[in-house]
Amino acid sequence: MLGADAMAKCLVKEQVRVIFGYPGVAICPFFNSMLSVDIKRVLVRTEQNAAHMASGYSRISGEVGVCVATSGPGATNLITGIATAYADSIPLVCITGQVDSRQLGSDVFQEADITGAVESFVKYSYLVKNVEDIPRIFREAFHIASTGRKGPVLIDVPIDIQNATISKFSYPEEVNLRTYKPTVKGHVVQIKKVIKAINKAKKPIICVGGGVHLSDARKELQEFAHKYSIPVVSTLMGLSVMSTDDPLFFGMVGNNGKACANKAMNESDLIIMIGARVADRAISQPDLTMDNTVLVHIDVDPAEIGKNVGPHIPLVGDIKNILIDMKKYDAECDCSDWIDILNDYKKSEPVRKKPDGNYVDPAEFIGILSDKLKEDAIYVADVGQNQMWSCGYHKVKKGRFLTSGGMGTMGYSIPAAIGARAADKNRQIIATCGDGSFQMSFMELATMQQHDLPVKIIIFHNGYLGLVREYQYNTYKANYSVVDLSGSPDFGKISEAYNIPFFRLENMERANEIIDEFLEIKDPALMEIMIDPKDTVK
Amino acid sequence: MVDMKRLYSVLVENRSGVLSKVAGLFSRRMFNIDSLAVGETDDPKVSCITIVSSGEQGTLEQIEKQLNKKIDVIKIKTFMEEESVSRELILVKVKYNKSTRKEIMEICDILNASIVDMSKTLLTIQLCDTPERTNLLIQMLASISIVEVARTGTLALQKCSLSD
Repeated sequence: MLGADAMAKCLVKEQVRVIFGYPGVAICPFFNSMLSVDIKRVLVRTEQNAAHMASGYSRISGEVGVCVATSGPGATNLITGIATAYADSIPLVCITGQVDSRQLGSDVFQEADITGAVESFVKYSYLVKNVEDIPRIFREAFHIASTGRKGPVLIDVPIDIQNATISKFSYPEEVNLRTYKPTVKGHVVQIKKVIKAINKAKKPIICVGGGVHLSDARKELQEFAHKYSIPVVSTLMGLSVMSTDDPLFFGMVGNNGKACANKAMNESDLIIMIGARVADRAISQPDLTMDNTVLVHIDVDPAEIGKNVGPHIPLVGDIKNILIDMKKYDAECDCSDWIDILNDYKKSEPVRKKPDGNYVDPAEFIGILSDKLKEDAIYVADVGQNQMWSCGYHKVKKGRFLTSGGMGTMGYSIPAAIGARAADKNRQIIATCGDGSFQMSFMELATMQQHDLPVKIIIFHNGYLGLVREYQYNTYKANYSVVDLSGSPDFGKISEAYNIPFFRLENMERANEIIDEFLEIKDPALMEIMIDPKDTVK
Repeated sequence: MVDMKRLYSVLVENRSGVLSKVAGLFSRRMFNIDSLAVGETDDPKVSCITIVSSGEQGTLEQIEKQLNKKIDVIKIKTFMEEESVSRELILVKVKYNKSTRKEIMEICDILNASIVDMSKTLLTIQLCDTPERTNLLIQMLASISIVEVARTGTLALQKCSLSD
């Protein structure tokens, strides 16, 4: 058995169902060995999107996403995708081919020090130096990626190691890493302190982050909030933990969030942060917010606690376990007055000004669209205005909302949606993007068609890099610099070229009808909606 | 907020690339490295990286937490300067002439430094002592004419307590 066969066998042992990748000479032995195992192989059109697809796949399946690239430029092209996954703690195993290990360090053709290059974007990385290590390394990589605070792990395998003969393949059952033992159970003393704080609180608020999804604790979180009737707000990554119409949900916090959610955070006397980083976009001045407030911070990563704000009650562990443990305790918490106040805030939420009637109103459009979507639909927003409008106006029922939160990587939504499709054949999947981000990722329409991973895509077309334009309008007195997207192709023709049904919505007049048609037609489909370039998020 | 000094004695897996991972963590997160020394321990599979850093309380705690997240890090001991026995080895090459030679030798005498190499115009002085005293040696020699300095960085172990 060759090293490459062993690699393929490791993926079988890890029950990997699909890999996203792009071959090159240095990873050819592996791709050859993949012919003899029953794992779907998806050829992407550029390596960055292999990582994004693996990310979308992982977020919907709950499994570790796997992406593969060759040495040198193949590997370096993966980096943005890896960094994107790292910022949002998405578990990936990224496999790269490497030049012959005897030539490492001599700058031969397509050699790149990828383990060095990705160091600050991975949870861990391996450069395989001995073929016999392959089973142990793969076992460890999948374990590290999927436990504790999840994240990407890279395995770099030189071509001579892939071609070397492994004397004995035995896949380790247990991982024994003396230096890696993530805390999974919350400390009971801390849990009791939280319960006590809930008992005392008059204006408690739960702020959920992406960690709740990563811990698969959505149901437990909803039960927790409802058991004590504590209102909930969310970070960008925590969206879709609560359904939008849940009476306890008060929207997204942060500078692009809802005023009522930010007021709730500011006026609360007990903030329970769950699986959130207290990042700059969510809470800009944590020290000010926390003056008269008890802060509980629940996270699986001890380093997140106290990184941006010092909590009064830190609680480290897996969120799902902690919420299950907390359920055992009763607390008296009458928040009805507090909820009334928040509901008043919600009602007085500033209303968005209607844009020019010659264009599509993105807020109204997203509202209508999400009403028509199936209950469990997956909605993937890209980065920019389309993302902010989606956060504000997409109504989540029981589905999921995915986006690149931490890194804000343009071009994420289409590959992530395709990856989500690989995880779930049946659910409705919608990707939104701007005309800028579409042009960063539309090469993947071919991947979608080739591998039968169809999704529906909506392009918010305003001819500009809208969010940057908006920033330049506000910060540089409308002196626009390098944000004009003139020269873009006709998206209808692009759609036709890929043999994808196309819809264009010019204004709101026929919105209902066209959205219905778009949703009813068999996947894939592409819709372009025309947005006023002057339209803004705020 | 006042900056404090803290010593980190970091036991790591003795694998290639680990030092760069640890050093990279400091630069990426804007943590200071005042000095860094690394070497094998009694167990050849384990290296010890001794780092002296300074910063605010919160930063010093983050350093420990972030180091703990590194999978190659086995154990971290942190202590304040006064809780440690710390030493640094320093080599100083100075230019001398008839009029300065005596003064240099006096400084060496007072600080217990030794002269380990010499030519007609140059002297190399060695001192192994606390970081304060090695700094003092440099200060004293600076006015004479230092040609080159090499130092190991601080090595430290926690002080033995009477109850040990």
